Amino acid sequence: MEKLVALIPLFPLLGFLYITFFGKNQSKGTAGAIATALVALSFVLAILVFTTQLHGAHATFVKVLDWIHVGSFQVDLSFVVDPLSSLYILFITGVGSLIHLYSIGYMHDDEGFHRFMSYLNLFVFFMLLLVLGDNLLLLFVGWEGVGVCSFMLIGFWYKDHANNDAAKKAFVMNRVGDLGLILGMSLIFVQCGSLNYNDLMIGGSAIGHLGKWATLGAVLLFIGAMGKSAQFPLHTWLPDAMAGPTPVSALIHAATMVTAGIYLVARFSDLFTISEGASQLVTWAGVITAVMGASIALTQNDIKKVLAYSTVSQLGFMFAALGMGAYTIAVFHVVTHAFFKALLFLGSGSVIHAMGGEQDIRRMGGLKSHMPTTYWTFLVGTIAIAGIFPFAGFFSKDQILAHAMENNTVVFALLMLAAAGTAFYMFRMFYLTFHGEFRGTHEQEHHLHESPKTMTIPLVVLAIASTVGGFMGFPHAIGHAMHIEHALDHFLSGSIELTHSHMSVATEIALALISMAIAGMMILFAYNIYIKKATPVLEDAEINSPLHRLLWKKYGMDELYDNLFRKPIDALSAGLYHWVEQKMLLGMVDGSGDAAKGIGRILQPLHNGQIVTYLLAIIVGLIALIFAL
Amino acid sequence: MEILHNVTINHYLGLSTVLFALGVFGMLYRKNAIIIFMCVELMLNAVNLALVSFSKMHGDTDGQIFVFFIMVVAAAEVAVGLAILMMLYRNRHTTDTDTLNDLKG
Repeated sequence: MEKLVALIPLFPLLGFLYITFFGKNQSKGTAGAIATALVALSFVLAILVFTTQLHGAHATFVKVLDWIHVGSFQVDLSFVVDPLSSLYILFITGVGSLIHLYSIGYMHDDEGFHRFMSYLNLFVFFMLLLVLGDNLLLLFVGWEGVGVCSFMLIGFWYKDHANNDAAKKAFVMNRVGDLGLILGMSLIFVQCGSLNYNDLMIGGSAIGHLGKWATLGAVLLFIGAMGKSAQFPLHTWLPDAMAGPTPVSALIHAATMVTAGIYLVARFSDLFTISEGASQLVTWAGVITAVMGASIALTQNDIKKVLAYSTVSQLGFMFAALGMGAYTIAVFHVVTHAFFKALLFLGSGSVIHAMGGEQDIRRMGGLKSHMPTTYWTFLVGTIAIAGIFPFAGFFSKDQILAHAMENNTVVFALLMLAAAGTAFYMFRMFYLTFHGEFRGTHEQEHHLHESPKTMTIPLVVLAIASTVGGFMGFPHAIGHAMHIEHALDHFLSGSIELTHSHMSVATEIALALISMAIAGMMILFAYNIYIKKATPVLEDAEINSPLHRLLWKKYGMDELYDNLFRKPIDALSAGLYHWVEQKMLLGMVDGSGDAAKGIGRILQPLHNGQIVTYLLAIIVGLIALIFAL
Repeated sequence: MEILHNVTINHYLGLSTVLFALGVFGMLYRKNAIIIFMCVELMLNAVNLALVSFSKMHGDTDGQIFVFFIMVVAAAEVAVGLAILMMLYRNRHTTDTDTLNDLKG
């Protein structure tokens, strides 16, 4: 049964190849159906593989091909099936196929439809390779592959220069992180002699050979994760990545690719467990990112930017959990977040579709009556991310908070703050978009419509998943008291370090009630401001208060990087151009040309066209040669 | 026929040298391209004579084989050279090398 795993990445790859080379002859409907069906087929196989892990989890390795065998460096094209990877492939292919289906409707009028579908398929292939590879090198191939796909899809509408800039920014920021991953990989190979998970952690424990290098190795891997998962200070690319089409934001920049960093850290939980320092770093990077993302999201007015900063913030929650040793809970939050954030992005896509490309929530309002399906599913997603029982986000976020409370009060307080912010900015966006009066143009109002079935079906499915998805991870103490097992924790026990909780039932219930009360207060607060008082949102030029401006300017991180890196490099290259290229190199090249010309001009008179002169020169030369010899 | 026995290698080489020198000086002094061309032939044949003489002296046929090759190449060269001269005359109505100096730098 596990052997089937080799086919899972194959189907999306076939889809990519087919649409790239033969897709042009197919109608949009056929090409879209093929792309969706192949990912759905992978999803069916992923379910089969997943079920093999349900009863007594055990890691199985499926070798497809020999890859690199050089001396002691042994790496194969080989897949690992264990609880962690089978859970990841399940939601990648599941959410992936829904988003493919959605894209058929969303991208239908786009001339690049076939290109879009083939890139999406290629992305799914690389993402599956990333999580299924049984060694760091294969993970790295997938890691770079998803980066390239992300680059191509952010810049999908390449005729607009801003999109290309955003794509380049994402690529360069990721490259910074990738350097850390490469160095970490090299360090692990040098110290442990293998890159296979089996030798390092699952079957053996070679990761322990890192010894005093353990912290450095963990930090380097985490730098890689920081780049891919948009953690402070490498987070600035993710909001810009919203330049891509909305399904891309949902699939790559919310549900799957950005959680690759969590996968990496969770996969190396053995390493992070033995390194206290690295775990501290992970926690604090996560906490800073969570608070920062949530606070910036409070002031953004682009519907996708709000969701982007929300993603940054939620990823921060996950890393905070990872750093505190709650690996299973972080993975739990990855899964629930994949559901509700994909739902929210697809919902926002549906809104943008209806608004004819408008993304500014100040120009929306009152969409509730025009698009009921989008409204209700979006509401589910919003409640889920705000953390209200019994929606999915409540369970995972609350367990992160509970774990923080046990470990570090400061972390707990900051995460609570971020969670409160989350409830507020989500409902701010929700009310501005769907309630109140319509604030756009008459033309837009006339055009408002509910999206086609291909777009609403994924919304409904994801809304259901966001509603019930949380029950796979029932809170520990309460669950124990009620004899409900923490299904996910139990399931993941075969792969990664378990989360230990010593909380009493009463504390856990109290915490859940408090966090819900805070979220509820924030929702009321948002209701009060944006519905009851109907406070208009300030236009960009009207933002005067320094704090508001700071948040609206995203803490000036982009400007800081601009001044710190871009400007010095620009100045350096301008200097090199002027002094080295223009003065030195061009001087040398032009100089040698001029010298040849000058010598030619001096010798020119010798070439007078008189044959006799030449003959005389030949003979004189010959005689001179004879005497010289 | 007595006289032939008194002809030594030096006589042949002397004749060859005289012919060669005539060719060289003819080439330098004459302006007519055809004459220059003939002088080149003269020089070639002077060399041929020297080669045959040495061949006879050493009793070795290598020199004579060389001569055959030179004659073949010279014949080909004459064909090409005369053709060039023909075209030159048709276009310029002269073969005076003093006026044929278009290829100066």
